[in-house]
Amino acid sequence: MPVVLATDFLVWLLVLAVASFAWYSRRRAHLAAPWARVFRSRTAVASAVVLACYILVGLLDSLHYRPALPARDAGAPVAYSVEARSLLDLGLAPLRERFEKTYSAPLATRLFQREQVELPDGRTARDFPRLRHGGAHLEAEADWGKDVVLRALAGLAAAFALWSVVLICARRALVRRWPNVPWGAAAAALGAILALAGPAAMLADGFHVLGTNQVGQDVLYQALKSIRTSLVIGTVTTLVLLPLGIMAGIAAGYFRGWVDDVIQYLYTTLNSIPGVLLIAAFVLMLQVFLDNHGDWFPTTAQRADMRLLGLCAILGLTSWTGLARLLRGEALKLSELEYIQAAHAFGVSHARILARHILPNVAHIVIITLVLDFSGLVLAEAVLSYVGVGVDPSTTSFGTMINAARLEMAREPMVWWSLAAAFVFMFALVLAANLFADAVRDGFDPRVRV
Amino acid sequence: MLGYILRRTLYAIPILVGINLLTFALFFLVNTPDDMARLQLGVKRVTPEAIAKWKAERGYDRPLLWNAPAAGTKKFTDTIFFDKSVKLFALDFGRAEDNRDIFNEIRTRMGPSLALAVPVFLVGLMVNITFALGMAFFRATYLDLWGVVLCVAMMSISSLFYIIGGQYLISKLWHLVPISGYEGGVDAAKFLVLPVLIGVIGAFGSSTRFYRTLFLEEMGKDYVRTARAKGLAESVVMFRHVLKNALIPILTGVVVVIPTLFLGSLITESFFGIPGLGSYTIDAIQAQDFAVVRSMVFIGSVLYIVGLLLTDISYTLVDPRVRLA
Amino acid sequence: MSAALELAGLRTVLDTPEGELRAVDGVDLEIAKGECFALVGESGCGKSMTALSILRLLPDVGRIAGGSVRLGGLDLLALPEAAMRAVRGKRAAMIFQEPGTALNPVLTVGRQVAEVIERHTSLRGPAVRRRTLELLRSVGVPEAERRMGEYAFQLSGGQRQRVMIAAALAVDPEVLIADEPTTALDVTIQAQILDLLAKLQAERGMALLLITHDLGIVARMADRVAVMYAGEIVEVAPREQFFRAPQHPYSQKLFAALPGAAQRDGSLAQIPGQVPPLTTEFGGCRFTERCDFAFERCAREVPQLRTLEPGHRVRCHLRETERAAPRAASRAAPAAAAAAGARRLLDVKDLKVHFPIRRGVFRRTVGYVKAVDGVSLAVAEGRTLALVGESGSGKTTVGKAILQLIRPSAGSVRYQGEELTRLGRAGLQRYRAAMQIVFQDPYASLNPRMRVADILAEGMRSLGVGRDDAERARRIGVLLDQVGLPASATSRYPHEFSGGQRQRIAIARALAVEPKLIVCDEPTSALDVSVQAQILNLLKSLQERLGLAYLFITHNLAVVEYLAHEVAVMNEGRIVEQGPAGEVLRAPRHPYTRTLLAAVPKVD
Repeated sequence: MPVVLATDFLVWLLVLAVASFAWYSRRRAHLAAPWARVFRSRTAVASAVVLACYILVGLLDSLHYRPALPARDAGAPVAYSVEARSLLDLGLAPLRERFEKTYSAPLATRLFQREQVELPDGRTARDFPRLRHGGAHLEAEADWGKDVVLRALAGLAAAFALWSVVLICARRALVRRWPNVPWGAAAAALGAILALAGPAAMLADGFHVLGTNQVGQDVLYQALKSIRTSLVIGTVTTLVLLPLGIMAGIAAGYFRGWVDDVIQYLYTTLNSIPGVLLIAAFVLMLQVFLDNHGDWFPTTAQRADMRLLGLCAILGLTSWTGLARLLRGEALKLSELEYIQAAHAFGVSHARILARHILPNVAHIVIITLVLDFSGLVLAEAVLSYVGVGVDPSTTSFGTMINAARLEMAREPMVWWSLAAAFVFMFALVLAANLFADAVRDGFDPRVRV
Repeated sequence: MLGYILRRTLYAIPILVGINLLTFALFFLVNTPDDMARLQLGVKRVTPEAIAKWKAERGYDRPLLWNAPAAGTKKFTDTIFFDKSVKLFALDFGRAEDNRDIFNEIRTRMGPSLALAVPVFLVGLMVNITFALGMAFFRATYLDLWGVVLCVAMMSISSLFYIIGGQYLISKLWHLVPISGYEGGVDAAKFLVLPVLIGVIGAFGSSTRFYRTLFLEEMGKDYVRTARAKGLAESVVMFRHVLKNALIPILTGVVVVIPTLFLGSLITESFFGIPGLGSYTIDAIQAQDFAVVRSMVFIGSVLYIVGLLLTDISYTLVDPRVRLA
Repeated sequence: MSAALELAGLRTVLDTPEGELRAVDGVDLEIAKGECFALVGESGCGKSMTALSILRLLPDVGRIAGGSVRLGGLDLLALPEAAMRAVRGKRAAMIFQEPGTALNPVLTVGRQVAEVIERHTSLRGPAVRRRTLELLRSVGVPEAERRMGEYAFQLSGGQRQRVMIAAALAVDPEVLIADEPTTALDVTIQAQILDLLAKLQAERGMALLLITHDLGIVARMADRVAVMYAGEIVEVAPREQFFRAPQHPYSQKLFAALPGAAQRDGSLAQIPGQVPPLTTEFGGCRFTERCDFAFERCAREVPQLRTLEPGHRVRCHLRETERAAPRAASRAAPAAAAAAGARRLLDVKDLKVHFPIRRGVFRRTVGYVKAVDGVSLAVAEGRTLALVGESGSGKTTVGKAILQLIRPSAGSVRYQGEELTRLGRAGLQRYRAAMQIVFQDPYASLNPRMRVADILAEGMRSLGVGRDDAERARRIGVLLDQVGLPASATSRYPHEFSGGQRQRIAIARALAVEPKLIVCDEPTSALDVSVQAQILNLLKSLQERLGLAYLFITHNLAVVEYLAHEVAVMNEGRIVEQGPAGEVLRAPRHPYTRTLLAAVPKVD
């Protein structure tokens, strides 16, 4: 039975919006030309490929359903599990289901902690027990090295094969159509990703590639699940931020006078409250609200999802001021321009001037701000979740991963893999977003300073 | 100029009132005190009596805005709004969940916060400007290119990792300085070295890159060409002409944060166990101590508004166009 | 005559996204000591790049690709950068077009002059101060002592340029390069600055390389002239010879395109087409496609700069065999016919536009800037009233107040007897179509995000001109034809057009709603002279065909002479003199009008 979580709906709404905007831009030189400039940059193309992979994972994780429970007897109505799963969960079922007892290092065959184990001769001793799943297929642990290498090589070979196929197909479909795009960079980025993903996939079949966490969950699975959270925070927030920022900014700059005074007062007031504190206060209140209305949400996933959505709304409410200020300045400048004066001389209505003259001429600022904000929001989520005012503790996110792993800092030897996984996945995402944002800014307007 | 500053000061009043109303609405209208009590008490102990007691202890048992049965001015003063929001203006913050006076707590915690935030601010500013100036000076060379790459890479790392990584490397691996803790006086230095260093590194990427664009923008202006046409050496052009102009947006941009240095830095303080306002806030958030969070929101806003005021003043000081116009 | 500055085969290229742009392509010139050499050309011809190349101050994308620059025998291009710095400011100095941005905003002007002295002499301390003061006085900065401690924004445009000159001349350079030094200034200030430059040059015996687009300035200042076109010098001549009989077809066209009283009855000569992109490789004469005399050899063979007579050299195949005749001396202008019986369209009485000055803590209004202070004028059907004035005179504000784009503070604006100042936004709608406006800046006056068809249709839609889209589309076709643009323009965006073409679109947009009166706010002052001629011709022929009335706002008196029937001269918010164009321009009564007329540099 399909389930549509609120954030799923918004994510797909965004996908639709982006797609239709792309369609709209295609025929408009002033929008299409900057994008063409963006995609002439190697870093932009390479980071776009990386981002696309993240987005793919995120989207797969945004199609939820409730699996049917095995029917107790034929003819009875099908019962559905209370747990919502996503397509990604389906694909990663082995990762999700193979729990260990507690921590285990990446690719390990034994647990990280000593336990009482029963030796073959019946005595007990404290030793590192074998894992339930990691390396369980190995008959002799001595084969571990060989098995890992073989799997990695097989993964590489598969990745290379897939890469070649994609390249051949892409040459036909893409390269001829857009010859100016540096496809080499795209191929290199894709190659790098596949070279990592191939062996990881092969190894994940028999091991915990990135180890397991305290409750024995696979870290790789957690990292992949965190991607959706990051993306939702980074994009759904804009649904709140965008209308507020655009309307307030443009209205203040165009109408001036008391409208401007009121809007400036509003955003100075909001801006005056230190961001983290305002968000913290909001989230605390949200939490009280959700706790007191627990009966509204049939599943924990829906409740956690509501909190995620609330967090996005709060981040949007507190961060529209930057966009509004930029747009106000730009609208002030534009409204003095001669083509706006000409429109006044034709008696064109305010609404039409805003829609036809002002809005299209600030579109580049909106796009640049959105792209630049993305990485900031992803980073903010980690900090907020760490502080305890981010996503629901039951939602997997980079912030909750770091928060959980931090507790094990003092352990000797250190449990480093959760942190490392969060670091690598987050760094790649934010770096790609930052590089892409740079290219977008250069492509749309080299002079806009955000 | 004096009139200008006075006007900006007066403008701060409606903003403060706005913040006060906003926080009041947030803390008392979105959720009722009953909701808060239920959350604080936990599911097991929720009885109407317990809630009433919890509210009475904290003064939440009065009407929100208007106390009709009370006499005289008490109609207004004997309300949650007056007690919890209006009194903030008099720096009367009330008591925390642990029954300590919030104002006293804030006063004692300000010291450690400043001891950390001020060095981070000053060292960071100098380091960032120096590097940005260097990159602008060697613009369009490999030095500049790799500098930008480094900045973008550093921007892409969450501040949490700087703290965790720094703590691990320096304290655990190299045993140079204590991992966490704090002592007053001169001893503070050894506890502060690491957090200061991490604070500086954490902000390096984005600030340096931003300052670099400011410098480059300034270097594209006409007066730079004039200065070159005079035969001035590139270093003179850079230091006498470009730096002086670029420092105006840089300095006036950072002035706004100076007052908020009092608040300390949330994450760093709590990681390193420095008993400042940052860790105080974090603890309050995690313990859901609404009184403390409300107080910090108010103080933070006041400090920010002071910062805005200082920004206006600093403009009139450093920019002759504003000073003399 | 020994050369102070000598350029040989100078080539400068700019790296652009479209490829290598040869901004300066083989320029030879020699400037003697004490000589004023004018380099003339329209925008984009490479004259500024030539100047910057001499001092090696090119922007980051530019580089010198070949040739030599010799300053008193010293090869500047061979010098290491450090040695070049010792030359800049000391032996060769430069002043720029925009004195407002060319001075550092946060250093006092005294400091900016003093730093040149400190850089190039051993003077220090009080001696530097004394010398700075002396310099500021010698360039005519009033109250130099006080001004020294002031910042650029506190000075007027003219004073800023004087400071720039003081800094440039601080250590007596042998060569001064002045890149459009008066273009950003008003005509009366321009006259002062030019006089100052001439005086200083004579006193010091330095060579002056004057870069300008204005033939009037050349006539006033230059000893010798070089005309640049598309990166090349096409003609070099002593001033008298050049002004008597320019030999290159391009030079001739530049003269013929100048508006003035002499051309009143006819149209101005215009140069068809545009400057070819400098990224192309040229196999023939660069002017071929725009030249009236081009013949088959021109496209095939690159002409060389040939000496016609001593000092006069021309790059044209035609001049191998024949000489061009001297320019026709300008005739006396026929007096404009009086506006006999023409119906009055617009009546402005005692118009005032005051902007409040707010001060103090509560922003009380403490006074008013009287931008327009009691202006009365009238425009008759089919006639042109020119409103002339310098920047800040309030002339643009008058134009906008008439259209109610700025609401007047007092006075009346009547269109065919109907009072407009009291009408609201909705009430004005009925008069919007009757009065339209064309702006100065062809880049800011068209929305870059709209196609030409939408730009032209906007006013028609808003004011209900044309019954449906089909009819409007037909009308757009007619409009484009009227302003001389191809019908294919409709689906293109403004950035695909040149400045002159954009101004045509702006005119078509105004015409779209069938106005009776068009306010032209400096419509040609951002354009090159050859393009200006096209636009003026267009405006004139539209007036004849459609019976339009113009309120022509301008600072350019030559344009007034060519186009206007009546003139009103504005100064500080008031009209100081008003009357038929011929009368006012030939026999001005008000002292301000006389100063204004005297300040205009004339070609003849």
